[in-house]
Amino acid sequence: MDWASIREEFPILQQRVKGGRLIYLDNAATSQKPRAVIEAMSRYYECDNANVHRGMHELSGRATAAYEGAREKVARYLGAGSAEEIVFTRGTTEAINLVAQVFGSAFLQAGDVILLTEMEHHSNLVPWQLVAARCGARMKHIPVKDDGTLDLEVAAVLFAEGGVKVAAFTHISNTLGTVNPVVELCRMAKEAGAVSLVDGAQSAGHLPVDVRALGCDFYAFSGHKMCGPTGIGALYGRKEWLERMPPWHGGGEMISVVRLDGSEFKPPPMRFEAGTPNIGGAVGLGAAIDFIESIGREAIWEHDQVLTQHLLGRLAEVPGIRVLGQAVGVERGAVAAFTTMAAHPHDLVTFADERGLALRGGHHCNQPLMRRFKVPSTARASVYFYNTLDEVDEMIDIVKEAVRFFGGLD
Amino acid sequence: MAMNDELRELYQQVILDHSRKPRNFGELAPPCAHVHGDNPSCGDEVDLYVRFGEGGEINEIKFNGQGCAISQASASMMTQKVKGKGKPEAAAMIEDFRRVVMGDQEPVEVDRLGDLQLLEGVRKFPQRVKCAMLAWRALEQAMEKGE
Repeated sequence: MDWASIREEFPILQQRVKGGRLIYLDNAATSQKPRAVIEAMSRYYECDNANVHRGMHELSGRATAAYEGAREKVARYLGAGSAEEIVFTRGTTEAINLVAQVFGSAFLQAGDVILLTEMEHHSNLVPWQLVAARCGARMKHIPVKDDGTLDLEVAAVLFAEGGVKVAAFTHISNTLGTVNPVVELCRMAKEAGAVSLVDGAQSAGHLPVDVRALGCDFYAFSGHKMCGPTGIGALYGRKEWLERMPPWHGGGEMISVVRLDGSEFKPPPMRFEAGTPNIGGAVGLGAAIDFIESIGREAIWEHDQVLTQHLLGRLAEVPGIRVLGQAVGVERGAVAAFTTMAAHPHDLVTFADERGLALRGGHHCNQPLMRRFKVPSTARASVYFYNTLDEVDEMIDIVKEAVRFFGGLD
Repeated sequence: MAMNDELRELYQQVILDHSRKPRNFGELAPPCAHVHGDNPSCGDEVDLYVRFGEGGEINEIKFNGQGCAISQASASMMTQKVKGKGKPEAAAMIEDFRRVVMGDQEPVEVDRLGDLQLLEGVRKFPQRVKCAMLAWRALEQAMEKGE
């Protein structure tokens, strides 16, 4: 694979920031966008823009075809049964809120159990807390072991205790990099009579995903972490569930008949898409999928492993380093969250930024997990396929320098 | 590679020294005003303990905490400077320090801030202003609480 030419497709990476060449290692927060995505969106707005599903004119027809074409692409990309199982949302967070609120209000009752894990991003925790507070459901959490993996024995016990109606868990941890055994977890959920939701924010752009092979009822992801624009993502929902779920937001697009005293609603996915959708965003997401598929997700995942293993191996050289999660050698998501004895994450990130190195410092929307590992915050480096081994090496040099500086050895 | 000037200015030796060896670090037993301050987005925390005298002057002050060099150094240096000061003067110092790190207005009496002026490098790093202000916001609350 010619990764160097693929990198050339990302205009933003060809710049200097402050003291150095930009090294962008904050991909778990958001990825950069290739020219093909930027151009597809420009082209849409320059040539085809109109509202969808309503106008009877040429442009509306083109916009509708582009929007529904993007839905077809998402369906194929995820291995869904049909495009009707794909609801466009603003991203992972909105997709999870949709399920939590709609499923919660229709099917959850006082005493029911919502089973999550200790490693969930706030976006797969807070929506459930809101629902639980409203309907009186209880929340339980599968614990995370010291090595950053889920304790499946406890998971089995929690399922066996009964009452679990929803089990929601992340595919890949945005902090630990752990790849969770989602097939097994979905199977356990099914056996317990619970629906399963997979948070795919960190997996959709990195490894092949087939929702039917995973066995999940719902899968949520964001376009912007996989070369697409912000503000667009999707929820895959198994048809039989989407059909049983009542609407969420009310408005245009989602209705079939409206009277003053009541309305009838369209079938899914339109039932869950009130108002003018993010058409330009969907076009961009479609282009992002084409771009990723032109490389291939198997190749991207393999490259992730090469970069991540190199990153972990070299981080081990840094004095006083602590990397959260599994040891070197285990297949994992393309992130490394770490602390050093000498440099606080915040200072380290400021130091790195002055060299053009973009890291993230903080809790990564993972406050309970930070508490679990007894760290107030960490620095985090996260790679994507356009990053290089050289960039990882440069990052290590900068981190070592920061440790010397803040440790008083410089 | 040489450190750039803005970083050197932000992390001056005095600041790094305070962050590594914070002064007045610890707790005060009650009765005292105790305020917990944090920046949830970055995990910086400061617990400030202040014992006021009859006239409202700051007789004793200590802090506990964890966080970045800026938040901890600012807290350490603050406790040294405000000890013994009356409430009006401490309030004026809080406002002057805010002006120093924000860089939006001239401080009224900058000299009494002493080494704290070294934190003016923060104004070039807007995301770090809240780190520098953390302990000061806690002091403000402690003065409102009194005791």
